[in-house]
Amino acid sequence: MSVVDQEISDLARLSRLNLTPEEEEELGEDLNEILEFAEKINEVDTEGIEPTYHALPVNNVFREDEVRPSPSPKPALENSADSVDGYFVVPRVIEE
Amino acid sequence: MKNEIVIGLEVHVQLKTKSKLFCGCSTEFGADPNANTCPVCMGWPGTLPVLNRRAVEFGMLAALSLNCEINQDIKFDRKNYFYPDLPKAYQISQYDMPLAEEGQVEVELDGEKAVVGIERLHLEEDAGKLVHSTAGAESYVDYNRTSVPLAEIVTKPDITSPEQAEVFLRSLKQRMEYLEVSDCNMEEGSLRCDANLSVRTPEGELGTKTEVKNMNSFKGVRKALAYEAQRQKKVLSSGGEVVQETRLWDESEQITREMRSKEEAHDYRYFPEPDLVPVKIDSKWQSEVKQCLPEMPEEKYERFQAEYDLSDEATQTLTASRPLADFFERALTGDVSPRSVSNLIIADLKREMNERDWTINDVNITPENLAALARMFEEDVISSNVCSELIAELVESGGDPEAIVEERDLKQISDAGELEAIIDEVINENPDAVEDIRSGADQAIGFLIGQVMQKTQGQADPGQARKMLQERV
Ligand SMILES: [Zn+2]
Repeated sequence: MSVVDQEISDLARLSRLNLTPEEEEELGEDLNEILEFAEKINEVDTEGIEPTYHALPVNNVFREDEVRPSPSPKPALENSADSVDGYFVVPRVIEE
Repeated sequence: MKNEIVIGLEVHVQLKTKSKLFCGCSTEFGADPNANTCPVCMGWPGTLPVLNRRAVEFGMLAALSLNCEINQDIKFDRKNYFYPDLPKAYQISQYDMPLAEEGQVEVELDGEKAVVGIERLHLEEDAGKLVHSTAGAESYVDYNRTSVPLAEIVTKPDITSPEQAEVFLRSLKQRMEYLEVSDCNMEEGSLRCDANLSVRTPEGELGTKTEVKNMNSFKGVRKALAYEAQRQKKVLSSGGEVVQETRLWDESEQITREMRSKEEAHDYRYFPEPDLVPVKIDSKWQSEVKQCLPEMPEEKYERFQAEYDLSDEATQTLTASRPLADFFERALTGDVSPRSVSNLIIADLKREMNERDWTINDVNITPENLAALARMFEEDVISSNVCSELIAELVESGGDPEAIVEERDLKQISDAGELEAIIDEVINENPDAVEDIRSGADQAIGFLIGQVMQKTQGQADPGQARKMLQERV
């Protein structure tokens, strides 16, 4: 498995990254090396072994349905690019 | 026969937990913007989500009520996409190991029964809310709704008409209300519905489907789907091709339109949520939850039919909502007949509720009050007019009907001696009507009864008055 140029630019778009053609090439090489490394795991025979979905051998960690007072949203609002009247302000999202 | 229209629904139901799916923030509606948020639901680095046990159990109840199989092993996954209403840039959802699968619901439309299959039910967190400024170049974000638990219910493409889609949704809402796991209010957004629809081509093939969104009421779903089916048929019959796309229902124009901002081909890159451990639902837990299943609408209907001597229509009306059915059964105290209690609820109480746009939870009349009124009416202590008026009054302001009847002297006059004098008066005052009756115009008797009722301020027993009038004339 290897990534092609098209995949790199798709991934960049999905990750909202603006990459120069040089960066795309460089990252493509890196990614291919990483994928090759990960390919190694496919060499292991996993016939008849239950898939693992989590690194920890733990199930069923819950909290009870109890309300805990929320902290003030002020720090989050103050650290955002823009806010007004308790709302975060973002560039207009067209939804029509 | 092959179906002309094929519809599948994707329904999001907000689960009525007190706290959010993965943190202790309140799910209360109407708080100040962003007041119900914390580092977990805002996705701050270094925080960890912890699953709300009740949300899982509400989801299990919902799934059981839709006759789904609950999966023993479930897990959560990240659905990745950028949108300002999603603070983490991923939504915690369930991809390939959902809470439940393979259910079915029976729906009835115009006396015809059909089965709608349920593909799956999974849990996920809700997104925040965007408010768009009317003129400016900005949108405002409120994350209070972020991470409120949702059950997403996906039907199989088994629905064959817009009307059936509406019936299915109403039945779904009724089930969730019976379970008390969701309010399912479309106008308020606690139930949201998207649909996939395709029609058969002139060649008899199933055509390309479109996705219809932005329907904000049950009626809206029916109208939007009817419009979209018509539109697709027109496109096909004029030789065109239906384009696979998402279309938005425009309530004011009553049409569906193509979404202007073309969504880029989505690639959600689902992967297992590493911050949450998998969940095992063993048979013990499942049977504990099963124990909490209340009597469901169709079971209640069957039982009412067997236990009470009511019409089919009355049974339908009473079991339409669980609180109304409970009210009815609580009013069956003493030896009052189910039929008269049912009549008062359906004829009078429902009318008063409809006039005010109230539910049974808003009325001030108690089941005991209604039982007392039914008893007084059955025993001819009060007339039906007085009974109706008292129901209207008690719905509004409550009170003890027996005390009111006593206090205001509302007992009906069925005593022959007392009525006789009044009937004499009415006969003397209306010689024309009397003549009409004698010459066979029976409807004039109604006029005379009306006169008697007027003179007694509605307290005469109309049956008794009719009998006496007939004798005298
Ligand atoms: Zn929170």
